[in-house]
Amino acid sequence: MSDPILSLNAVYTDIAQYHILQGVDLNVPRGQVTMLLGRNGVGKTTTLKTIMGQWTAKSGEILYDGQDIARMPVSARARAGIGFVPEDMGIFRDLTVEENMVLGCSSGPLDPKRKDWLLSAFPALGTFWHSEAGNLSGGQKQMLSIARAMAEDRRLYLIDEPTKGLAPAIVSTMAEALRELKAQGASILLVEQNFSVARALGDSAAVMDDGKVIWTGAMAELSENKDLQERLMGLSMEAH
Amino acid sequence: MIVKLLSGDQPRSAILTAILLVILICLAGAPFIFDGVRPLDTAARICIFILLVASYDLLLGYGGIVSFAHTMFFGLGAYGVALASIHMGRGFDALLVGSISGALAAVVLALLIGLFSLRVRAIFFAMITLAVASAVAVLVSQFSAITGGEDGLTYKIPRVLTSANRMGEFMGTKISGKILNYYLVFTATLILFLLLLRIVNSPFGRVLQAIRENDFRAEAIGYRVVWYRTAATCLSAATAALAGSLFAIWLRYVGPDTTLSFEIMLDILLMVVIGGMGTMYGAVIGATLFILAQTYLQNLMGSASEATSALPLIPDLLDPDRWLMWLGILFILSVYFFPTGIVGRLRESRRA
Repeated sequence: MSDPILSLNAVYTDIAQYHILQGVDLNVPRGQVTMLLGRNGVGKTTTLKTIMGQWTAKSGEILYDGQDIARMPVSARARAGIGFVPEDMGIFRDLTVEENMVLGCSSGPLDPKRKDWLLSAFPALGTFWHSEAGNLSGGQKQMLSIARAMAEDRRLYLIDEPTKGLAPAIVSTMAEALRELKAQGASILLVEQNFSVARALGDSAAVMDDGKVIWTGAMAELSENKDLQERLMGLSMEAH
Repeated sequence: MIVKLLSGDQPRSAILTAILLVILICLAGAPFIFDGVRPLDTAARICIFILLVASYDLLLGYGGIVSFAHTMFFGLGAYGVALASIHMGRGFDALLVGSISGALAAVVLALLIGLFSLRVRAIFFAMITLAVASAVAVLVSQFSAITGGEDGLTYKIPRVLTSANRMGEFMGTKISGKILNYYLVFTATLILFLLLLRIVNSPFGRVLQAIRENDFRAEAIGYRVVWYRTAATCLSAATAALAGSLFAIWLRYVGPDTTLSFEIMLDILLMVVIGGMGTMYGAVIGATLFILAQTYLQNLMGSASEATSALPLIPDLLDPDRWLMWLGILFILSVYFFPTGIVGRLRESRRA
């Protein structure tokens, strides 16, 4: 694989006395959706948070566009073009949907064309444009969280379980929006437990276990090989 | 026009609008509506504390930053005017130089405190502000040659702003320089309050609110949280210093007890909480209620005690000497029944 947008080389991260990441090696190819898979508690979320800087890597390299960002401030990573959608959504509850979206653009005003695209991808946000974000339903909050990350053109998106606990109709809306984002040339590192979404969106996959990446390859290869799924994740994707 | 003046941040409740209008009319017409010196003094104090509390709300309500140094900035502004008036002599130039110097000193100090301590956890920032404020209060008491120590400083302000300047009659009220002084305080408060309203409703204000709710998310979107917090601290400090300057112009006296004491800091906290944090209008209601209660509760209780003299126990409970106890009870009740402050409660009831 040539010139990935993001490379993690032997990244170790500790949280308090726990050694969560124990030498993560990972490449995220440009313009592709890379699925980060694995059982619960293997370090997927910590990997995303380490890339974004919420947790500081104890050692190792995080190369973004060839530059080591492991010691860079969080805001500088964001301004360099990394968008992060955490599992807890992190919306600003006291602000309106509009204010949340405008805040998503830290380098300038919200582009009207981009706003139109986002509102066509997530029509519910247009309906509640002037409502406080705290009053939205869980699915709408998740849409807002993703739309806010997309409000500004970013080159790499780190998205943590965007479909968790959502109704099937909202899941397909979300998947469609991510597909469009990929079509625009963005690179995505996606943690996802919903295997049908993972199968539909993923170009490549990395499977984690015990704080390390234990397998990388094409998503199609993983989704077709039940034995491999059982061996890597202890379950079959067909069952989900 | 009005919506533009309010930066699009309307009261969003009919009752709240009515209360704010009553306060505005009473303050705007105080010299003509109320007789005597005491009501005018109370109105001036209300204006100054509205500004002081609003500047603290920018920090606490919008930025989520707990600071105990707000009276220190208030004091810097007040001492700026006092020292300039003493050294430059009676004149508007002294008031201007004193106010600007006080505000600049407050900004520099806030910048230093902010850059050194806003990176750390909120509790450390609060502790550092408490330590710096205490140190400044001690220094002011100790350097009596410059600051007048515990006795404070008295000085002269331009004659045109004093009672000695008699300017005839208007609507049955004798117009004096004191009334001009009041309108200086009122106008400056109104302009600075509208400016604060503009700031909190600007993109800068929205980022501050985002930081208050979730500082990591704001940082992960690309905002430098420390920079925004420091800027908010400096803006808040400068406004507090200007409120202090107005206080000094009004009182013609500054001392540690009137500008730097920790009691004033507690009063500011109470006014913000009672009015409603993060609303700006809460500062207007909180400061008005608090200053009115501080000024008139004792008199009111005296009258009530006399009126109920035939009854058992009640006159004792309403004895004017017990006014602080009742003030405390009133505040406990208001915090209990209005956890989001009066403004928050009024807006919630409208939504319901």
